[in-house]
Amino acid sequence: MIEASDLTVERGGRIILRDYSLRLERGRTLAVLGANGVGKTTLINTLIGLIKPRSGRLSIGGQVGFVPQLFEVPFSYSALDIALMGRARHLGLFGAPGKRDYEIVRHYFHMLGIEDFEPQTFNSLSGGQRQLVMIAQALASECELLVLDEPCAALDYKNQDKVLSLLEHLRDSHAMTIVFSTHMPQHAVEIASDVLLMTSGSRYVCGPTADALNAENLTALYDLPIARADFSGLAKHTYAPVFRHEGVVIDG
Amino acid sequence: MRTGWLGRKLASVSILPALITLLVAVVLYSVTIGRYDLSVRDVTYILIDNVHPLVAPYWDPVHEVVVEQVRLPRIMAAVIIGFGLSVSGAALQGLFRNPLVDPGIIGVTSGAGFGGTLAILIGWQGYLLLAMAFFFGIGSVFLVKLLSTVRGRTSMLTLVLAGVVISAFFSAAISIAKLLADPFQKLPAITYWLMGSIASSNYLDVLLVAAAVVPSAIAIYLLRFQINIMSLGEEKARALGTRVVLVQWIILVASALISAGVVATSGIIGWVGLVIPHVARALVGADHQRLLPVSGVLGAIYLLMVDNLARTVTTAEIPLGIITALIGVPVFAVILRRLHAKGGWSSD
Repeated sequence: MIEASDLTVERGGRIILRDYSLRLERGRTLAVLGANGVGKTTLINTLIGLIKPRSGRLSIGGQVGFVPQLFEVPFSYSALDIALMGRARHLGLFGAPGKRDYEIVRHYFHMLGIEDFEPQTFNSLSGGQRQLVMIAQALASECELLVLDEPCAALDYKNQDKVLSLLEHLRDSHAMTIVFSTHMPQHAVEIASDVLLMTSGSRYVCGPTADALNAENLTALYDLPIARADFSGLAKHTYAPVFRHEGVVIDG
Repeated sequence: MRTGWLGRKLASVSILPALITLLVAVVLYSVTIGRYDLSVRDVTYILIDNVHPLVAPYWDPVHEVVVEQVRLPRIMAAVIIGFGLSVSGAALQGLFRNPLVDPGIIGVTSGAGFGGTLAILIGWQGYLLLAMAFFFGIGSVFLVKLLSTVRGRTSMLTLVLAGVVISAFFSAAISIAKLLADPFQKLPAITYWLMGSIASSNYLDVLLVAAAVVPSAIAIYLLRFQINIMSLGEEKARALGTRVVLVQWIILVASALISAGVVATSGIIGWVGLVIPHVARALVGADHQRLLPVSGVLGAIYLLMVDNLARTVTTAEIPLGIITALIGVPVFAVILRRLHAKGGWSSD
């Protein structure tokens, strides 16, 4: 689905990513992890075609749907209005959504169980609800690759669980290929088949979650000891930081 | 919530026909008022007489001239100008993701104002004045767009700021022109023209302003769904496959055409394009498919009523631009405060 080789991306004249190569097969889920400012968003913007790479080759084998980070719209669009915008690619410059477009959007609202949001003002919805509407918007574009920029940021645990299981469902039942960025290794443990650990603009680890996602790599990634924690009585584990309480010296 | 939505949907279906009916009623009423008092019946007969005589003309020929040569072109001008300014205001607010934008903000109004002022100063009138206002209006938009485009990308915030800068520049240029103008003839002419008035509109003016407004309004309406998407922000719109730059250009040029056409024929009439879209949004919601036509018709009704005030309240004409500003500014203040209470708008 995604094939990138020796990708170099610059933004505002500064090179953000240098010689990135990665491969993602159809139907797999890639979690992108990295510190703030390392270039996760730049990578995502490159994948969805907002930024042209300066050099290297990038090929994406299908339509891309994008779910941005949580935001508000300046006017009181309904959730339905917002999701309909996902049909843009199919409508042309002078087109407006017709009956079929409404049917497609309603189909996804039904699938996500958010029919009730339809008439509500987008801005009045909670973060989790807005995230679902934006996923409906991306799905309405009939994409094969779904790219999400920190889909779980600013969501409480229950909503994180909801979004994660939805992504898993989309991958399993709809053969969707998924790329998402996150700050929590546990999200990768739960649903990602592959991980991309972005240590810096030119250093990264990319591979199947089972191999690449471990305490050692995460420690290097975050420049902070990260330890594996097994939930007692459950066949599950996570990675958690071991905070040092010594990083910053604050003087009056 | 669902009943509220149903209510909203029903309202949005029937609101446009209701407004159009209201517009027709206000037009008919507007023809009757003025120094010669005529009834709606007289006016209807006088107008129908042109197409097919229903009754033998019982009216004074002066009345026919008053209705057909004086009031009707003026009313048509008010309707077209109100319609155009409101449609372009609604489109620009959507495009800039900013509810406080109006056609004046992209620099076209003061640019066209300067063009016209310059024409009066040189002693050009009629078509030449129109052409000058038009030329400078469109030119200032290109200038604004040029100033705000860096490496092929236009930031909407920069564009608004560039509009403010260009407006300030042309305002200063207008002041210089006024300073140089002959204080007994040209200065009053410039001042009165700039204040905005459609008192002396004839059918040629109507035709000219219609030629600017109608195609532009159609172009804007065709882009209704793209404007919806643009209010998500430039990057998200791009990610959805929208041809952002093309849409921006079409909306900007169409709005510039409308404003330049209006300024050229009638001087500066401010605030209509800012205030009316808010009222329309309260009636039918933010979706531009419904918002644009409702804005337009509402603007037509509004400007027609304002013009009726302008020509009937006192024996002398009050310039239209003064009344629209007197009404517009307090409404703007209320909108600003309500926005502030909601936490403002995001600027990215």
